[in-house]
Amino acid sequence: MDWQIATVESVHAESPRVKLFRLKLPAGQKFSAGQYYDIRLTAPDGYQAQRSYSISSSPEKPGVIELVIELIPGGEVSSYFHEAVVPGERIELRGPIGGHFTWTPNYIKPLLLVAGGSGIAPLMSIIRRRATLDSSPRMLLMFSVRTEHDILFRQELERMAHEDADFDLTITLTRAVPEGWTGETRRIDAQMIDTAFDAATGKTRLREAGTGTPEAAKAAPNPAGQPFGRAYICGGTGFVESIASYLLETGMDYDDIRTERFGP
Amino acid sequence: MSYDRVNMEFYRGLSPGTVNILRTAKIADARKTLVSIPPKTLDSSWNMINNRFFGRRRPAPPRPIPPGQYLEDGFPVLSAGPTPPVDTATWEFTIHGPGGNGNDSGTETLGSWDWSALNALPQTELHTDLHCVTKWSKLDTDWRGVTIDTLFEDAGIARPGGFVMAFCDGGYTTNLPVEDIVDGKGLLVHTYDGEPLAPEHGGPVRLLVPHLYLWKSAKWVRGLKLMEQDSPGFWEGYGYHMYGDPWREQRYTND
Ligand SMILES: Cc1cc2nc3c(=O)[nH]c(=O)nc-3n(C[C@H](O)[C@H](O)[C@H](O)COP(=O)(O)OP(=O)(O)OC[C@H]3O[C@@H](n4cnc5c(N)ncnc54)[C@H](O)[C@@H]3O)c2cc1C
Repeated sequence: MDWQIATVESVHAESPRVKLFRLKLPAGQKFSAGQYYDIRLTAPDGYQAQRSYSISSSPEKPGVIELVIELIPGGEVSSYFHEAVVPGERIELRGPIGGHFTWTPNYIKPLLLVAGGSGIAPLMSIIRRRATLDSSPRMLLMFSVRTEHDILFRQELERMAHEDADFDLTITLTRAVPEGWTGETRRIDAQMIDTAFDAATGKTRLREAGTGTPEAAKAAPNPAGQPFGRAYICGGTGFVESIASYLLETGMDYDDIRTERFGP
Repeated sequence: MSYDRVNMEFYRGLSPGTVNILRTAKIADARKTLVSIPPKTLDSSWNMINNRFFGRRRPAPPRPIPPGQYLEDGFPVLSAGPTPPVDTATWEFTIHGPGGNGNDSGTETLGSWDWSALNALPQTELHTDLHCVTKWSKLDTDWRGVTIDTLFEDAGIARPGGFVMAFCDGGYTTNLPVEDIVDGKGLLVHTYDGEPLAPEHGGPVRLLVPHLYLWKSAKWVRGLKLMEQDSPGFWEGYGYHMYGDPWREQRYTND
């Protein structure tokens, strides 16, 4: 796979610890939502460092991709991006890479997306891809961040949740909780997953029962048993490991749980 | 850092004068030296330079590591799905004969071992470096387990030619040439750093083939299927390299 040189179009501070970078590619290869690029930085003396970054933009526009880069204290590549990269800078990269942690519209069953912090990146591409479709599967995003300031893509996600009855959003703050916050306030645990599954199952029944009341719907049997066809989990290793094991406990199939781990 | 490999590619296509400037710069402290690179036409075989990038270089590794890799002290986890629950009471490792396609394991069983049978075989210790395709390398890891040679010998399997598909709990597969897992090069490991191998690192038993990228060292391994022809496993089917030699930086198809 050849290396190519992209040009940074824009840099945007999305949160205190995360910047968004829009990169213009010389040849806009098609990619699938969920894929990533390998980036290679070269110092004047030839020293190089390579890291992977997921694409957060929608595959609809392959010529310019958006990357979500979290500043890792002391991190070699992320701190370069945060401290030195400005529009106009050329960045060497190759991709798109990855084929398991991807979603295409051919898959029509309901989706559960679970993101920890910058782990939202590849899921954002999936969410944005889905939003371009006329008919799209039901989707729940569970998004865990430390504080309100760390909610990435907040406006876009909240607007989508407001306008699209089939897109549900649960945000949980694990550290500081502001006054008036109505979302969740702890790390995602088995109980939070159960609640989400129950709510989703209720929705499934509602749909099956047509225009029934929630009560009537709750009484109706749910033949599928599982409210989500597939789950995509992305974030740090500890986060991904714990969510994946909760999902296995719900009886979800091993093969229906896809993971991407960003950090050690 | 294996500068020579990097630099060969790095210097390619530059004028001799530029190469000299860069060589001098390399000798000087990179943090204090800024080299202005003469403008040139870019093509994909030439690496560009990020002028203000110096890197947060870790202390030089005690020995070279493969190109594009960096040293990691921790032990990151990478898998395509959740960590599957594996019970040593029902665990079994099987070697299947060739026939059928890919990871189809419905062929003749040439040998099988349960947990106690595996532990009763002669055990081998291995001190080695690991290289993951996601760019980290980890030096000086200590493993204990059973060589594939020992399994072949125990089951009376004459050293086969061709390839194997390793298959695992959770459905993961990866393909390897037989010659890369014999002569002590491939092990089934159950102990890391003196402790039982943790589930997220592939416990109770993973394959370890440390001279290839770590995705070849299948976690939660349950068997090998002999194959006459090479056939892609899980990641290989998604565009990762069929062989995966870190020293030749064979990360993706056609690398
Ligand atoms: C397939 C894939 C996709 C990825 N996509 C993204 C993405 O979209 N956005 C993104 O920000 N990152 C992403 N990452 C992580 C990214 O590749 C780098 O690992 C990360 O940016 C840290 O690199 P660094 O050079 O800044 O830090 P390093 O110099 O490599 O690390 C410095 C120290 O920080 C630790 N560290 C490294 N990463 C983390 C972390 N995430 N959390 C906590 N500690 C850490 C290291 O162990 C080390 O001790 C992805 C990783 C993979 C494998």
